[in-house]
Amino acid sequence: MKAGERLARDPNIRAAFREADERLNSAWERVSRRTFLKLTGLAGGGLTLAACSVKGTDPVSTEPGKDYEFNEFVNVGSDGTILIYSKTPEIGQGIKTSFPMIVAEELDADWNDVVVEQARIDTAVYGRQRAGGSRSIATAWNQLREAGAAARLMLRRAAAETWQVPVDECLTANSVVTHEATGRRLTYGELADKAAALPVPDKAELRLKARDEYTLIGERITGVDNEKVVTGQPLFGTDQSLPGMLYASYSKCPATGGRVAAANLDDIRALPGIRDAFVLEGNDLVSELMPGVAIIGDSTWETQQARAHLSIDWDETDASKDSLSSITAEAARLSKEPGAEVLYEFGDVEQAFTGAARIHEAFYSYPFVSHAPLEPQNCTAWYRDGAIEIWAPTQSPDQAIGSVANVLGIPREKVTLHVTRVGGGFGRRLMNDYVCEVAAIARQVGAPVKLQWTREDDMAHDFYRPAGYHALRAALDTSGSLSAWQDHFITFTHDGKAPVRGGDMRPGEFPEGIIDDYKVTQTLLPLGTPCGPWRSPRSNAIAFAVQSFIHEMANVAERDHVDFLLELMGEPRWLDPGNPRAMNTGRAAAVIKLAAEKAGWGQPLPEGRGLGLAFYFSHAGHFAEVADVSVDADRKLTVHRVTVAGDVGPIVNMSGAENQCQGSVMDGLSTTLGLEITIENGRVQESNFHQYPIMRMHNAPIVDVHFIQSDYPPTGLGEPALPPLAPAVCNAIFAATGQRVRTLPLSKEGFKV
Amino acid sequence: MVRLDVNGRQHELDIADGSTPLLWVLRDQLGLVGTKFGCGGGYCGACTVHIDGRPVRSCLMPVSAAEGVAVTTIENLAAPDKTLHPLQRAWIEHDVPQCGYCQAGQLMSAAALLARNASPSDADIDSAMRGNLCRCGTYQRIRAAIHSAAKAINATGGES
Repeated sequence: MKAGERLARDPNIRAAFREADERLNSAWERVSRRTFLKLTGLAGGGLTLAACSVKGTDPVSTEPGKDYEFNEFVNVGSDGTILIYSKTPEIGQGIKTSFPMIVAEELDADWNDVVVEQARIDTAVYGRQRAGGSRSIATAWNQLREAGAAARLMLRRAAAETWQVPVDECLTANSVVTHEATGRRLTYGELADKAAALPVPDKAELRLKARDEYTLIGERITGVDNEKVVTGQPLFGTDQSLPGMLYASYSKCPATGGRVAAANLDDIRALPGIRDAFVLEGNDLVSELMPGVAIIGDSTWETQQARAHLSIDWDETDASKDSLSSITAEAARLSKEPGAEVLYEFGDVEQAFTGAARIHEAFYSYPFVSHAPLEPQNCTAWYRDGAIEIWAPTQSPDQAIGSVANVLGIPREKVTLHVTRVGGGFGRRLMNDYVCEVAAIARQVGAPVKLQWTREDDMAHDFYRPAGYHALRAALDTSGSLSAWQDHFITFTHDGKAPVRGGDMRPGEFPEGIIDDYKVTQTLLPLGTPCGPWRSPRSNAIAFAVQSFIHEMANVAERDHVDFLLELMGEPRWLDPGNPRAMNTGRAAAVIKLAAEKAGWGQPLPEGRGLGLAFYFSHAGHFAEVADVSVDADRKLTVHRVTVAGDVGPIVNMSGAENQCQGSVMDGLSTTLGLEITIENGRVQESNFHQYPIMRMHNAPIVDVHFIQSDYPPTGLGEPALPPLAPAVCNAIFAATGQRVRTLPLSKEGFKV
Repeated sequence: MVRLDVNGRQHELDIADGSTPLLWVLRDQLGLVGTKFGCGGGYCGACTVHIDGRPVRSCLMPVSAAEGVAVTTIENLAAPDKTLHPLQRAWIEHDVPQCGYCQAGQLMSAAALLARNASPSDADIDSAMRGNLCRCGTYQRIRAAIHSAAKAINATGGES
């Protein structure tokens, strides 16, 4: 099968996006209902037990040193330790701290009593257990609140039974139940035995806290694993070790889709420290197992060194032949044409342009980029007796289990997967190719084995953020207002039919719904290089073109950018009424005003220095950012400060939330300044950080973060602060120099950083 | 046979290839996995350890060159009684880590900086930390945490 067709039908790439694109609808309700049915079922079974222990008013006699399970999230120990399970992989988004905070808030637990562990992977019990799409908080918010509230009610009921007083008189705070009238108090630890045996309350019996009752949510809480991180404890995938463990490397064709025609396996097997070398044919899915040569040895270094002696003849009949230089030339040529198909059309764009006072055009482009998480892909596995146990740094553990079962041809029940801490996700680890590789290797090896990719493997075998090209055209009416918008979007296809995932323009992309006369056309270029979700898929790139061009239009109209944007937003309204994940123009206007105010918008600045603003809505988050930039006579660029204003509803962990925004700005800036993946003859040309210069500390600006904590349900923060960064910086460069940047990265546009 | 002094402990290791990077000896043979592999080329700093107190990229250092010197890893940054180094405390107070993978290397570079410069400026910090990448972008908090730790050390009159 040709490289492109293989990618087009890859179910894992589709799945990674499908879920991220799903509207909120009632995802959490589905999950919570299922979970509570299960809880209710458990409670039914526990009723007989409960009847014995709860009937009397015996003094509480919690057994020392025991743990009592209240539900799938909450265990309380007789010593007062409150164990809260975090159900989703920790990839740096801080979920292992913020999820338990939500449970602890409704439980009225003293945070000092809380210990957190990673939950086992069991989606029948936990529902969604994936880290992606900035959806964790939104989808788990009610589930976690209800879990905490249910356990709290059980503790109050146990105290009421013990004291023979009404439950309403039993109040909770800081892991203690008190009865004010009689001055009695029992700790959660003292009540745990009795309380855990009570029936699980019905959902309708729970009273969740109002926002003004919060004592923990919204506070600054340091990460629950921080002490382990700073003392170098084994937390990550690559830190796993098993008795008798062997080490593996895996060499695939540098052009996606190549097969092993021949390899000098005997030479490799004879090398010191090498146990075996063999070919895996794979299952023709890039997201699972592609052909390659596995080398098994006694240490990581020996398996990597042996690769220097490995000689593979690749059959590249079906491999990618992509060449970025030809792609770029073709895109430039196509930009002059109207577009092969109409993707969206509202109003009458031709009429609007005909009657326009001013028309302006520009061509924008952005490059392929790699995820480059700092922990290169790795995974550890042990195959025994037809079953496999895996320790995986993955964002999508449930999908990984399915993929491994598929690759090995065994039932899902035979796959046990432990999620480790993940040394950076950014969307890369929604794909589980490295998990499948070690699974196939482990079956052949018959011993515990750790697969370690090198940085070069990681950069050569990514699912890249696709490049893209926008021929934009817009009109102003006689009053200087934006009156028509047209975008010829040139993107890629694997199968000649549909755009690649992450290179597809979804409905509702700004400024759709804002401008009446709006049209997007699309042309597809063939591509054999794998693409996948990269932090804020689509938005991370489209925002650059769209929000830079809106600034261009404001300048053509000779109007202030903030005024121009606020006029576009118009009256406060939801652009897709009834969809809580849709954009709200009132929320948008509020963050634009706040960012401008906090950044000192309009203040006079010295020569060569400028402020640039951009707004973007993605992943249910409304964000505006202002970059303060100077460019000197040598075109050396300095980003002094970035002011961020965002509205994602109530903030769970203020420290974690600010950290995500600061990180998104750094990630966006790093990418804008100097990152590009180039491809020739199907081969990615960049191999390591000397050619893919992730931003370093001396280029890091101050990032000021401000939240509007609206009353809308909280949504995620891993992604939506990233898209506005690139246009904000480029708009600031224009303000400072008069030069418009329409191609990224900046280092290739003559700027020094 | 290679003799190593790691975190004050002496090791005799059966290593045939003296060019094996110190990083992999620490991780695979000594089980000191706090020191991380990020790039293998000295670009990212995740593998930073101290050699006689100086920050060194262990992915580039042949194990043979680590004989006769004192190797210190992140596992030994805290005091023997487990009292955390002021930098480790500052990292926790400032909630620096996101994914956390680079932080051992960041801490080792920062500790070497504070050992030779008790009150570093922002420019001193940027310069000393230039070799350490943070893919999550926690640079602003790293800077703040180093300033905090420097203050804490100076307030107690030297090493904690």
